[in-house]
Amino acid sequence: MILSPGTAAPDFTLPESPGKMVTLSEISSPVVLIFYPADWSPVCGDELSIFQAAGQLFAAHGAQLLGISVDGVWCHSAFRADRKLSFPLLADFNPKGNTAKSYGIYRDDDGISERALFVLDRAHNITWSYLSPMPVNPGADGALRALEATS
Amino acid sequence: MSQSEARLSVPVSSDDHAVGLENAPLTVVEYGDYECPYCGQAFAIIQALQKAFGDSLRFVFRNLPFADMHPHAQQAAEMAQAVGVQGKFWEMHDLLYENQRELGAKALLDYSAQAGANVQEVVAAIKSGEPRTRVERDLESAIRSGANGTPTFFINGERYDGSWAYEPFSDYLSTILN
Repeated sequence: MILSPGTAAPDFTLPESPGKMVTLSEISSPVVLIFYPADWSPVCGDELSIFQAAGQLFAAHGAQLLGISVDGVWCHSAFRADRKLSFPLLADFNPKGNTAKSYGIYRDDDGISERALFVLDRAHNITWSYLSPMPVNPGADGALRALEATS
Repeated sequence: MSQSEARLSVPVSSDDHAVGLENAPLTVVEYGDYECPYCGQAFAIIQALQKAFGDSLRFVFRNLPFADMHPHAQQAAEMAQAVGVQGKFWEMHDLLYENQRELGAKALLDYSAQAGANVQEVVAAIKSGEPRTRVERDLESAIRSGANGTPTFFINGERYDGSWAYEPFSDYLSTILN
């Protein structure tokens, strides 16, 4: 089950690039977690691009965007450069899907994460979560509204 | 999965670039990017739909430039806006989609002249910052409406998640009409 609002967000430390780690508890701002199934798949590309386009609107609330999938760092860095994304993509690669599992959105059958969004307040409590149907890109409106209600 | 919960956050108004009758039974709003190749494909499909549905279809275009990915998208959107002030928005819109591969600064000025606009006034308008504000407003309305890529279409206010290839798009519009 996807973690619901009111739950404390499970902490994680994941690589953003070869040698650079990101730890959730070291971020002192609200956070939007964007879990997606895989780099390069067309829907995911658009999903992240829309968050990139909405960057200013999220920045206005001091929110940190983090994309997360089970792809490795080399794949992420190529994908991120290609899509000109300015927020980090984290590799939930080893142990595979551990973070997705802790948020209740790992798909055991096919070894990828669900398409899911979480908005965390400054104290990193989940204030909003959303599980999207796999083929549908959820857009950024829900996360933005949740963030505005939070801050 | 053709319909979704996502709804247009800013209703179509006289402020919009629209073609067709205000009381047309179908209003299709596209959020698009002039440098996006998918929007280029959609351009031809929209033209075909306009032909097929005639007065039943009103088409509205709003800007959703993916400026980080497409280096000319923002400037092209602002240019179309600046040319639009002179009443030549659709001429410019069409020229941009017909020439997607060449959207450099000089080309944009050429297109604005071809569209029939006074180029000096276009340049002055761009400098005023007004077109930029408008494009940013479109972008915000796109995000708040749940636009999820380019192009994103809203049919009578609801996001359309189905295929926008001609046949499924046309079939879906026909279903709404009947």
